[in-house]
Amino acid sequence: MTYLDFEKPIQELENELNKLKEVQKKSKVPLDDKIEELNKLIENKIREIYSNLTAWQRVQVSRHPERPYTLAYAEYITNGTFMELHGDRCVADDKAMVGGFGKIEGQTFMIIGQQKGINTKMRQIRRFGMANPDGYRKALRLMKLAEKFNKPIVTFIDTPGAYPGLEAEERGQGEAIARNLYEMAQLKVPVICFIIGEGASGGALGIGVGDRVYMLENTWYSVISPESCSSILWRSWEHKEKAAEALKLTAKDMFEHGLIDGIIPEPLGGAHRNPQQAFENVKKVILESYQELKKIDPQTLVEKRIQKFVSMGEVEALDVNEIHNEILND
Amino acid sequence: MGWFKRIKEGITTSTKEKKETPEGLWYKCPSCKKIIPSNEHQENAYVCPHCGYHEKIGSVEYFNLLFDEGKFVELFSNLVSKDPLKFVDTKPYTQRLQESFEKSGLKDAMRVATGKMNGMSLVICCMDFQFIGGSMGSVVGEKISLAIDYCIENKSPLLIISKSGGARMMEAAYSLMQMAKTAAKLSVLSNHKIPYISLLTDPTTGGVTASFAMLGDLNVAEPGSLIGFAGPRVVKETIGKDLPKGFQTAEFVLEHGFLDKIIPRTKLKTELFHLFDFLS
Repeated sequence: MTYLDFEKPIQELENELNKLKEVQKKSKVPLDDKIEELNKLIENKIREIYSNLTAWQRVQVSRHPERPYTLAYAEYITNGTFMELHGDRCVADDKAMVGGFGKIEGQTFMIIGQQKGINTKMRQIRRFGMANPDGYRKALRLMKLAEKFNKPIVTFIDTPGAYPGLEAEERGQGEAIARNLYEMAQLKVPVICFIIGEGASGGALGIGVGDRVYMLENTWYSVISPESCSSILWRSWEHKEKAAEALKLTAKDMFEHGLIDGIIPEPLGGAHRNPQQAFENVKKVILESYQELKKIDPQTLVEKRIQKFVSMGEVEALDVNEIHNEILND
Repeated sequence: MGWFKRIKEGITTSTKEKKETPEGLWYKCPSCKKIIPSNEHQENAYVCPHCGYHEKIGSVEYFNLLFDEGKFVELFSNLVSKDPLKFVDTKPYTQRLQESFEKSGLKDAMRVATGKMNGMSLVICCMDFQFIGGSMGSVVGEKISLAIDYCIENKSPLLIISKSGGARMMEAAYSLMQMAKTAAKLSVLSNHKIPYISLLTDPTTGGVTASFAMLGDLNVAEPGSLIGFAGPRVVKETIGKDLPKGFQTAEFVLEHGFLDKIIPRTKLKTELFHLFDFLS
C-alpha cells in the first residue's frame, strides 16, 4: 500500500496492526481483541481524515498509484465479457485510450476510456493516460460503431490531459478533440460518462459529452491541473494547493455548480482500498441511468444533451440603458 | 592622442526643446523593423507592405475591414462575466475584469456583429486578444451560442475569427464546458445547412483550437499565425528538444491537412466572400 503524505497517521496504525498480527502468528497468543480494537481505530482514523479532505488532497487521491483504471472497471462490470477493440483506422492504435464492447446484465455496452499504465513500462507505453489524436479518433470510431448498432456508450475519464507532443500537434490534437465534442453532441444512443480519476481539460472532455456525467467522490475535473494553473497565474509551482481550491475542481463543487449530474461515493479511504466496491457503485449507476435514458427517443435525447451543455455558463446581461449611458459618458 | 577630432558638437538641443514625433504617425514593423506611415499601414489592412507581417488587430478593425463601408450592428453587447467561482489568484477575477474593461474598452474577449459583406448578410463573431488574452469564458461561449441562434433564425452565414490563448482559467470548469457548448451548437447550425467559416488568426491555441476554431465547414487562417493545441513551450518541454522551424504556424497546419487555405488579410474580404458564395 502506498500512503499519501496526509495518510501518515493511518500508516502508523496499520503498521502497528501488521506487527500485532505477526506476533499473534508467531507466539500464538490470542490478540483478537487488540486487533479488533485497532481495526476500529484505523477505520475511525480513515473516516476522520477522509471526511475533511482539502481539494489538493483529493487531487492526490485521484492520482493514487493503486487506484483502479478503466480496464479494471470494464473487466469487472462486464463480468469478464469485455472485448477490447483497436485502432483509429488512420494511423495508429493509441494505448492511452482503450475501448470495446462488453455486456452488463445482458445488455451490450460500448466502453471507452483513457488508460494509465499499471507499472513503469506500461505507464510509458500508455503515456500516463494522455491520448494522442489517434486515441480520440479511435474513441470516436467506436462511438459511431456503437451508434450504428444502437448500443449505449459508457466512457471512463482518467487523464492528466491530452498528450502535448510534437506528433500530436502534427496530427491535429485540437481538431481531434473538437470533432469528438461535435460528434458526441449528436450521438443517437445514450452516453454515460464517469470521471474515475483525473479529469484534466479538453483531453478529458474529448470523451465527456454525455447525457449523464458523474464524478467519483475523490476525483477532480477542471480546465487545467492545479500545478499548471499555479505556474501560469502565480508564476511558480508552489501554489498548487491554492490553485486547487480556487479552481473548484472537486466533485462536490462541480455538482453544486450544476456542471455534473451526480457524485458516486467511494469506499472508505478511496477507490484503491476496495476497488470492488467502487466498481459495484459505478455499475449500479450505469444500469439506473441506462434504464432512464433508453426510454427517451433518440431525437429528444440529442436535444436534451445539447441543451444541457448549452445552459452551462454564468453571464450577466447588463441593462441596455446602462450601456448607452456609458457610451455617452465616454 | 586620438585619431579623430570632433569638429561638430554633439546633440545640443536641450531635452525641453526636443521635438516629439506625434504618436501613432508612424508604424514600425516588429518583424522587418522598417518604418511606414501609420495611415499607409492601416490602408494595407495592418499588413507590413515590406515583409507581409500581419499586425494583431481587434474586432473593430476586422469589422471595419470586412463589413461594407464599415457599417454593422453589434449584437449581445450587454453580456458580461459573473465570476461564478469567486476566483482569486494574485488578484480577484472581478478586479482583473474591471481592469480589462478600462484598459480595452471592451466587455469581454468576443464581439458579435451583423452587417453586409459585398451585399451578403453575414454574422461575424470576432475575438479580442486584448481582453485577458482572448480567453474563452462563459461570455464567449454564450455569445457564440446566441450568434448561432441568430444565424439560424435569419438564415445568415457565420464567420468566427479566433484569436485566443484558450479557455479562461478564472472560470475554470465553466470555461471548459464552453468547448462542449460551442461544439454542440455548431452541430445544430450544421443540421440547418448554414455555412460556417472559421478564420484562425495569430494566435489560436488551447480550448479554442480544440472546439469551434477547428470545426468550420472551411477552416482558413492568416499567414504566419500560431495555431496549435498545446503551447509551443509545453511541447518543447515534453519532447525535450528544440522545435522544428515553422512548427505550429498556419503554414505547418495547412501542410498537415487541418486548414483549407491561408488567406492574406489584404485579400480577406474578397476571398471569404467567394468561399461563402460557393457554399450558399
